[in-house]
Amino acid sequence: MLELVARKEASRFMLWLTPALAVVLTMLSGLALFALLGKDPFEAVRVIFVEPLLDPFSRTELLVKGAPLVLIAIGLSFGFRAGIWNIGAEGQFTIGALTAGAVALAFWNVEGIWLLPLMALAGAAGGAAWAMIPAWLRIRFNANEILVSLMLVYVAELLLSAMVGGPLRDPDGFNFPESRMFHDSATLPIIIEGSRAHVGALAALGAVVIAYVLLHRHLFGFEVRLFGQAPRAARFAGFREARLVAACLGLSGALAGLAGMFEASGPVGQLVPALPSGYGFTAIIVAFLGRLHPVGILLAGAVMALTYIGGETAQMAMNLPAAAINVFQGMLLFFLLGIDVLVNYRIRLRRAL
Amino acid sequence: MDLSALNPADLAFSLIVAATPLLFAALGELVVEKSGVLNLGVEGMMILGAIGGFATAHGSGSLALAALAGAGAGALLAALFALMTQYLMSNQVATGLALTLFGLGVASLVGQGYAGQTLQVSARLDIPGLTDIPVIGRLLFGHDPLVYLSLVATALVWWFLNRSRAGLILRAVGENHEAAHAIGYPVRLVRVSAILFGGAMAGLGGAYLAVVQTPLWVEGMTAGRGWIALAIVVFAAWRPWRALLGAYVFGGVTIVQLNLQALGVAIESQYLSMAPYLVTILVLVVISADRARARLDAPACLGKPFYASS
Amino acid sequence: MSLWKKAAAVMAGAALAVFAIGAAAAEPLKIGFVYVGPTGDFGWTHEHDLARQAVEAHFGDKVETTYVENVAEGPDAERVIRQMAQSGHGLIFTTSFGFMNPTVKVAKQFPDVKFEHATGYQRADNVSTYSARFYEGRHVIGLIAGKMTKTNTIGYIASFPIPEVVRGINAAYLAAKSVNPAVKFRIVWVNTWFDPGKEADAANALIEQGADVIMQHTDSAAPITIAEEKGVLAFGQASDMTRFGPKSHLTAIIDNWSPYYIARTQAVLDGTWTSTDTWDGIAPGMVAFAPYNPALPKEVVALAEYARFGIMLGKIHPFTGPINRQDGTPWLAAGETASDGDLLGMNFYVEGIEGALPK
Repeated sequence: MLELVARKEASRFMLWLTPALAVVLTMLSGLALFALLGKDPFEAVRVIFVEPLLDPFSRTELLVKGAPLVLIAIGLSFGFRAGIWNIGAEGQFTIGALTAGAVALAFWNVEGIWLLPLMALAGAAGGAAWAMIPAWLRIRFNANEILVSLMLVYVAELLLSAMVGGPLRDPDGFNFPESRMFHDSATLPIIIEGSRAHVGALAALGAVVIAYVLLHRHLFGFEVRLFGQAPRAARFAGFREARLVAACLGLSGALAGLAGMFEASGPVGQLVPALPSGYGFTAIIVAFLGRLHPVGILLAGAVMALTYIGGETAQMAMNLPAAAINVFQGMLLFFLLGIDVLVNYRIRLRRAL
Repeated sequence: MDLSALNPADLAFSLIVAATPLLFAALGELVVEKSGVLNLGVEGMMILGAIGGFATAHGSGSLALAALAGAGAGALLAALFALMTQYLMSNQVATGLALTLFGLGVASLVGQGYAGQTLQVSARLDIPGLTDIPVIGRLLFGHDPLVYLSLVATALVWWFLNRSRAGLILRAVGENHEAAHAIGYPVRLVRVSAILFGGAMAGLGGAYLAVVQTPLWVEGMTAGRGWIALAIVVFAAWRPWRALLGAYVFGGVTIVQLNLQALGVAIESQYLSMAPYLVTILVLVVISADRARARLDAPACLGKPFYASS
Repeated sequence: MSLWKKAAAVMAGAALAVFAIGAAAAEPLKIGFVYVGPTGDFGWTHEHDLARQAVEAHFGDKVETTYVENVAEGPDAERVIRQMAQSGHGLIFTTSFGFMNPTVKVAKQFPDVKFEHATGYQRADNVSTYSARFYEGRHVIGLIAGKMTKTNTIGYIASFPIPEVVRGINAAYLAAKSVNPAVKFRIVWVNTWFDPGKEADAANALIEQGADVIMQHTDSAAPITIAEEKGVLAFGQASDMTRFGPKSHLTAIIDNWSPYYIARTQAVLDGTWTSTDTWDGIAPGMVAFAPYNPALPKEVVALAEYARFGIMLGKIHPFTGPINRQDGTPWLAAGETASDGDLLGMNFYVEGIEGALPK
């Protein structure tokens, strides 16, 4: 009989080995899956994982798809370390896009380099404000923030849908529920000529660096980690829980809101009901895949983005059904999440008594 | 506004049909959460139950077999969640989200051959004499057996949690797993059983949607109902009878809204659709505000991993 | 194949076109299709995919088709379209309204690739738009509904209050009213194109409010299955949905994209493709009908067929005056027919329909 024994400290060796092991296992089961579907399995794996890296446009699309994931996951990682569970980033993303979009539409046809910073501010503020609802309800009424933040996702999505079908609807758009296209000065600058990669990618990188510094070189990071590991000790040391809850939720909300603003004023360029496409939820997975570490999150975000883009390529090139890609992604996640057990535990053979 | 054309008995009848999948899934998740586990993969388990149920009904024409298959398919996916979170110690939130993604994908693959198929399952009970009683006859006696099963399940879950020894142990595990373990209760076994039950109930809900409510199979047909089930559990403050109420409220908002529209009443449907979620938050705030009372309802160990160190 | 893709990726833009034309004799024309739903939806996407298969069958190895299904109408759409343009596709069909802006954006960057966008209103030198005059079909089924209803109540499941849907309601109502002055429409807006559970609930609600004929402008077959179960009548949407309700399904308005797709492919092969705005109806076969239910009375079939031929020959226009708007203000004078401009922007109910159009 096998049993798990907790390690005294996380294994450095396993820390590096497990992701590689998970990828190998995913590849193996992926081969089986694709073969089962009657596709050339090696070709499929190559198209998903290698093809997007060879193609210059796909490489820039990795930035487009990965940037919001990393940005949101970085924000979430602080709270998750402290045991504060914001799983409503999708809602904060939506509200950020909505507030930023409202600014863009209010100043439609107005030129000015101040407009984008103002939108970014509005997006971050909107996302943070939306996240302060669960924060305040937890601080004041002890309400579980997991559930409140999740409920607010639906409210946010319905609000967006009501707004683009109502006050923010394109007046020349034949009643279709979507806003006008944003004006040029409300559209994000492109960082790589001829692609869709926008300054949001730089912001995500910046967030990784700042998060690293905060976590490892700043009192806030210490406070966060202490709270996650030993809440009683943290309280004893005089750290105030309320402040930490507000800070963590506010920070993650602001970054999610910012990601929403980037999405609306970057790749989409308008407000549409389909704008929230799951980044907020996927980012939770990214945060855990990256083990809540900024650099890990960066890598995990890149891997997730790769499977999305490679998946689309495989649909096109090999006629793989979209569902097969979902299954494949799911397997990758399960292996990555499951095999992590080896980092903190070791397997011992227990002899039957 | 002339509301006299609205027949309350008919309204209640469709409301029950719309609410039943939600009720099954919510009851299952309620037990899971009471044991201290948060499984966000309800949507994935539900849709796997939908295709499992539909495929079986298509092959056998039997509602009972379809319900069993749906429950089995949901439980199978839940077993994966149990393995991941209880044995491999993965994070429950992330695993649950991955489960949804995986379940939606598997269901679509399995279901490829079933899109566009129809069912020949006669689901409704028809008891001569009783069903014909005016107004209440159809409402009380005219449903399919699964509706009655959902009501019985509500009562059983209530009895289990509040009156049985096993239920007491389950609540203890959800309340404080360290203490429960110290007393000698099998924390992991309890949680794995709860997770499997939750999966079976979610699958049953999915099967109801595909076999009775619509009845057809299409990719993505659960359309977010698994997430609503999660909201209902909170709305219900983890109490089975309130879950029944919650399912009928959430299902009812859609039904009442559609019926009012059919009567010609103009409705801002988005704002109305927000209402149940806002009420849920309100309920959560009210039950949490009084910390002493909150302990009675909300499982204290919700979402926290348990590792037996000895 | 993958060599070709890599070569194409390197030689973007104008170079691509020269190469493509140069290689035309040897290389098949690659045609891409972007779908909003799954190909197995038995509705909107299903019909586009049938037309794709028809193109393959018609041209054989002169063409090669690819498709991507389940593309969300958000930020991912542009990437998918762009990847198609980049990987050597010469003609790309984007088959949902929400793909309009992404299509136009990508088209700017690939001036030598031809784009065809369904149901939109923005065109460019290399972007054509196409849609079908579904309202002509609504006229025909409106007549059948008006004749077949016993309760004089017709239920209508509507998605979003965009002109196409409003037009369909008005066309069906006017037709039904012309053969049955007592007819009433009950309209339910479900705010979704696709949610089988909600569509089924809407059908139930309408039936409870006395509707004995159900029309839908949403994509799943759930309303048909409900109609079958409740013993009322219904019409299929986009595809032939007879299999979902052998007794209830009277006929369906079928979106038949095959002739258009084949013609456009031919135009690209011949080098005669130009940007056009196509809005075809019954006459060119873009709007077709599923076989009439055998239980339909002969005189009702005759009425429907008369209307179908009338429209085909241009003798009948579903919007022929006198027609007033819902508030009683005159819209069309006697004998006057609606202009395409009026139809494309239609945002009002005609006189006689009860209830307010959602804003």
